[in-house]
Amino acid sequence: MKKTNGKAIEFEHVDKWFGAFQALKKINLSVEEGEIVVICGPSGSGKSTLIRCINGLEPYTSGQVKVFDSLDLNQQKGKVGMVFQHFYLFPHLSVLENLTLAPLRSLKLSKQAAKDLAMHFLERVKIDDQADKYPAQLSGGQQQRVAIARSLCMMPRIMLFDEPTSALDPEMINEVLDVMVELAQEGMTMICVTHEMGFAKKVADRVVFMDEGEVIEIATPENLFNSPKHKRTKAFLNKILAH
Amino acid sequence: MTFQVVKPILSALLQIIILLLGIAWLLDSGAQAMGYSWQWQRIPDYIFFYEEGQWWSAELIDGLLVTLKISALSLIATLLIGLITALLRVSDSIIGRILARSYIELIRNTPLLVQIYLLYFVFGPVIGLDRFSTAILALAIFQGAYTAEIFRAGLNSIDTGQFEAAKSLGLSTYFTYKDVILPQVLQRTLPPLTNEVVSLIKNSSIVSVMAIFDLTTEGRNIVAETAMPFEIWFTVAAIYLLLTLSLSALSAWLEHKLGTQWRAH
Ligand SMILES: Nc1ncnc2c1ncn2[C@@H]1O[C@H](COP(=O)(O)OP(=O)(O)O)[C@@H](O)[C@H]1O
Ligand SMILES: [Mg+2]
Repeated sequence: MKKTNGKAIEFEHVDKWFGAFQALKKINLSVEEGEIVVICGPSGSGKSTLIRCINGLEPYTSGQVKVFDSLDLNQQKGKVGMVFQHFYLFPHLSVLENLTLAPLRSLKLSKQAAKDLAMHFLERVKIDDQADKYPAQLSGGQQQRVAIARSLCMMPRIMLFDEPTSALDPEMINEVLDVMVELAQEGMTMICVTHEMGFAKKVADRVVFMDEGEVIEIATPENLFNSPKHKRTKAFLNKILAH
Repeated sequence: MTFQVVKPILSALLQIIILLLGIAWLLDSGAQAMGYSWQWQRIPDYIFFYEEGQWWSAELIDGLLVTLKISALSLIATLLIGLITALLRVSDSIIGRILARSYIELIRNTPLLVQIYLLYFVFGPVIGLDRFSTAILALAIFQGAYTAEIFRAGLNSIDTGQFEAAKSLGLSTYFTYKDVILPQVLQRTLPPLTNEVVSLIKNSSIVSVMAIFDLTTEGRNIVAETAMPFEIWFTVAAIYLLLTLSLSALSAWLEHKLGTQWRAH
């Protein structure tokens, strides 16, 4: 494990119920600042619910989630960036306007400062030549890179990714993963729900395997993929490797 | 190639002309049987007249301007009422939802004319509103209830992901609605909203019962003076039609302009 600068995220005995259905069961998980954690597990196992508890999109039922030692998740707005499976760019705004909106409104930056910031991140995700286009005019991979840049404009300290490549055509997956790898190498704290094992092996410090609302196993990528301890982990890995 | 495009247009035009001629013949023979004498040549005098080396607007144009003013002002109030009601209906507040729901049901299940009388004779005098403001308020309260349902449908059609993306970027509720949600709602609801504006303009003719000199009132006054109801009511109807049709055209153009760039090519 690398740099340990303090705790970024801490789950303590977190339960989440949707009506009579328990989506998260006694989750304990802590993530260090600068750490890269990959979460995998079968569909419906609670991965999205778990990371949505970190930025307050999903209120949890009991236990506690602390982000940088604070329980008030709404205070962290914009400081915990999120990238969604279906991008959720704002379709009526140009790429540039998608990026400048939050800095203008929340950080109260000047127009020029917001534009400079946006162009800086568009260059980083190599899409600055599309700044004046509308989201619908871009490919899926380009849209997801814009979504990442949009989050980065708020200068987040943590980035959450919820299956960022699952909605993409195969030939576009790598352009998005490349951006994520770069971000990881620069020291961003990241939690990524993904089944991209190559990505996990390359950058993840730990991989979390979830099933039926529980954290079953946490290990380094090598250990988890090569010698899983739990039989449910084995069964899951066999399934995704078969494809 | 050009012929293929022109042919259906020509054939449609021909059919319309034959239909119009038929209606005109029917009306004319009916009017003759009644002993009615057409005086179309007098109509322009009620639109514009020339005096002392200058053109002046006549009664019908004055009435049209009043109709436009009432419609424009009550449109603004309608959109505000509709938007606030729709936001209350989708809000987390139970009281807000009940209030919005009651208002909508109340207005949609009573006749506009009765609402106008209530406002004109009861509430207006009680709260000290003048006639013109009462008219605007009555129209806006009525149309607002329908517009609220349009806005609500529009709000519901927005993907929750848009709200979540805005929230995760730290946008406040105010900016989320103002910059992210409402522009999309507006683009999606433009066609039904146009229908509301058209029906607002048409309903505005009901304020003539409050002795407001709008297009309909002016029409009725001219008919009383001149005894040429056919020509005047045809003209009044044509002016309303011209107004609402150009509005629909404007909205179609606006929708096209707003929508094309967002959508995939
Ligand atoms: N808003 C909701 N209401 C009810 N059940 C939900 C809701 N969101 C998720 N669930 C349920 O919770 C479980 C976990 O969902 P999710 O966290 O999305 O799983 P994953 O991301 O691992 O596929 C699923 O069984 C899902 O049906
Ligand atoms: Mg999920």
